[in-house]
Amino acid sequence: MTYLLRRIVYALPILLGVALLCFSLVHIAPGDPLVSVLPPDASEELRLQLTALYGFDKPFLEQFIHWLVRALHGDLGTSIATNRPVMAEVSKAVINSIRLATVATLIGFTFGCLFGFVAGYMRDSVSDRVASFISVLGVSIPHYWLGMVLVIAFSVVLGWLPATGAGPGGSGDWTWDWEHIQYLILPAVTMSVIPMGIVARTIRALVAEILSNEFIVGLRARGLSDIAVFRHVVKNVAPTALSVMGLQLGYLLGGSILIETVFSWPGTGFLLNAAIFQRDFPLLQGTILILAVFFVMLNLVVDALQTLFDPRIQRN
Amino acid sequence: MEMTLNKGVAALPVERSPGYWSTVGRRLLRNKLAMFAALILLALIVMAIFAPALMPADPYASSILKRLKPIGFEGYPLGTDELGRDMLSRLMLGGRLSLFMGITPVLLAFVIGSAIGIVAGYAGGWTNTVIMRLTDVLYAFPSVLLAIALSGTLGAGVGNALLSLTIVFIPQIVRVAESVTTQVRNREFVDAARASGASSLTIVRAHVLNNVLGPIFVYATSLISVSMILASGLSFLGLGVKPPEPEWGLMLNTLRTAIYTQPWVAALPGAMIFLTSISFNLLADGIRSAMEIKE
Repeated sequence: MTYLLRRIVYALPILLGVALLCFSLVHIAPGDPLVSVLPPDASEELRLQLTALYGFDKPFLEQFIHWLVRALHGDLGTSIATNRPVMAEVSKAVINSIRLATVATLIGFTFGCLFGFVAGYMRDSVSDRVASFISVLGVSIPHYWLGMVLVIAFSVVLGWLPATGAGPGGSGDWTWDWEHIQYLILPAVTMSVIPMGIVARTIRALVAEILSNEFIVGLRARGLSDIAVFRHVVKNVAPTALSVMGLQLGYLLGGSILIETVFSWPGTGFLLNAAIFQRDFPLLQGTILILAVFFVMLNLVVDALQTLFDPRIQRN
Repeated sequence: MEMTLNKGVAALPVERSPGYWSTVGRRLLRNKLAMFAALILLALIVMAIFAPALMPADPYASSILKRLKPIGFEGYPLGTDELGRDMLSRLMLGGRLSLFMGITPVLLAFVIGSAIGIVAGYAGGWTNTVIMRLTDVLYAFPSVLLAIALSGTLGAGVGNALLSLTIVFIPQIVRVAESVTTQVRNREFVDAARASGASSLTIVRAHVLNNVLGPIFVYATSLISVSMILASGLSFLGLGVKPPEPEWGLMLNTLRTAIYTQPWVAALPGAMIFLTSISFNLLADGIRSAMEIKE
């Protein structure tokens, strides 16, 4: 319990640092941050007026604190491009991203476990080689390219699945029926390759290590069946495997921009892409802040769950 | 390949038998898969370096009449792109920027991150706390998000993309360097050196560097594959190399609309990124298992 408390207290300065970095983005950007709101022939008077409105005339620290306090109240400012609250834009996109990332993580985790156990159990056999090679493929493949190849194969050549979008009516309401799910399949499979490779590698190493432990020999000597031994192995692998899965979900959420761009999936990555190219700084800051905070929180939850599952872990 | 071995010889560890690195080298040479990957990388690097001499056509010469020709089209063995430029020549020349942009950030981060991490690990105390907490903040971002946030803010361009990727990899290397250095610092031979009056600088140079650079280097080699994918990914998003310069990620981006007319030509640049990235991964795996470093 004290460990958890320490961990939470420790996360606070990190969150503050994350917020500071997100906020600083607008200041490390070259040129006038107002360039996207000002008309090219804007008068000096209008420019000063807007500078005051956005608070750019105040000292950096004062601007940051003001921004942070508003962010803590759930106000991330207004998108320059759409004139809608950033919070509303991000929360709509985040749901789409979470849906995609969760399905991808589940697919990746299932196959990662499968390959990992096969490889770890039959170390140095042909199956191990094949499973290990697949996991190397998973971490080496440029996923945006895999997305393109899948679109070419299943949409262009075979015509089985839609190439882009998140539903028949654009990005409208999502329901779990085939009409919508068929849009999810290609991006989710593309995305699942990354966690699959990493989960498979982790589990292979863990299983091989556990199987070489003396207690397994002991269990076998006591006459336990292979299935009973397997249960012991799973118990020992589970905490680490679950924490890897949790972290991968976070990575996928934050790193989905390339895949979302390929598939025009209306999630946070797509939003970020729009924010970057329209130089929409409030939207950029807000999206990155939400994603990074989500990632830090997810780390925290994963840690908490891991200590819960495996009481032996007493980290300092 | 050559470089790896030389690096290995330079980082001769003190506590192991003198033959350690030659053993590692021998074990690596016996690893067929790793050697195959090394050969592919060598071929790719040679191709990129000598591209101007080897290219069959001018990679910038466009032709409206010869747009998007298929693989095997007369005079264009790998077809043409959306502006009618020769794909083979562009892929060969594109390797230069792609390899450069994939490898450079890791090299820079290796140098900078090792220096910071060794200082943090060796100094300990407050210096360590400050450095590691700052590292934690950068580490709190998923690497793809951080790379895109930074280069998206700084604007498109090779320099900005390199800078962003270097910043992404530094905290990862700092963490490894710090943890290895902390381990080495508490070993008896460091105590012995200190007791016999060696200065901090001498200890770091003679004892710490020898023992930590190897593991950090192995970790860094495993990052090159990620870096290749990310660097080309930035160009794919329009945040890296600017047209008309050929680069695999950018070529993939401009050919995206061509997947309905010439799908296999459009997929070629990505296949090159894949080939490079998997070769780096297999080689890094080979080096790692030759050194018996557990994941």
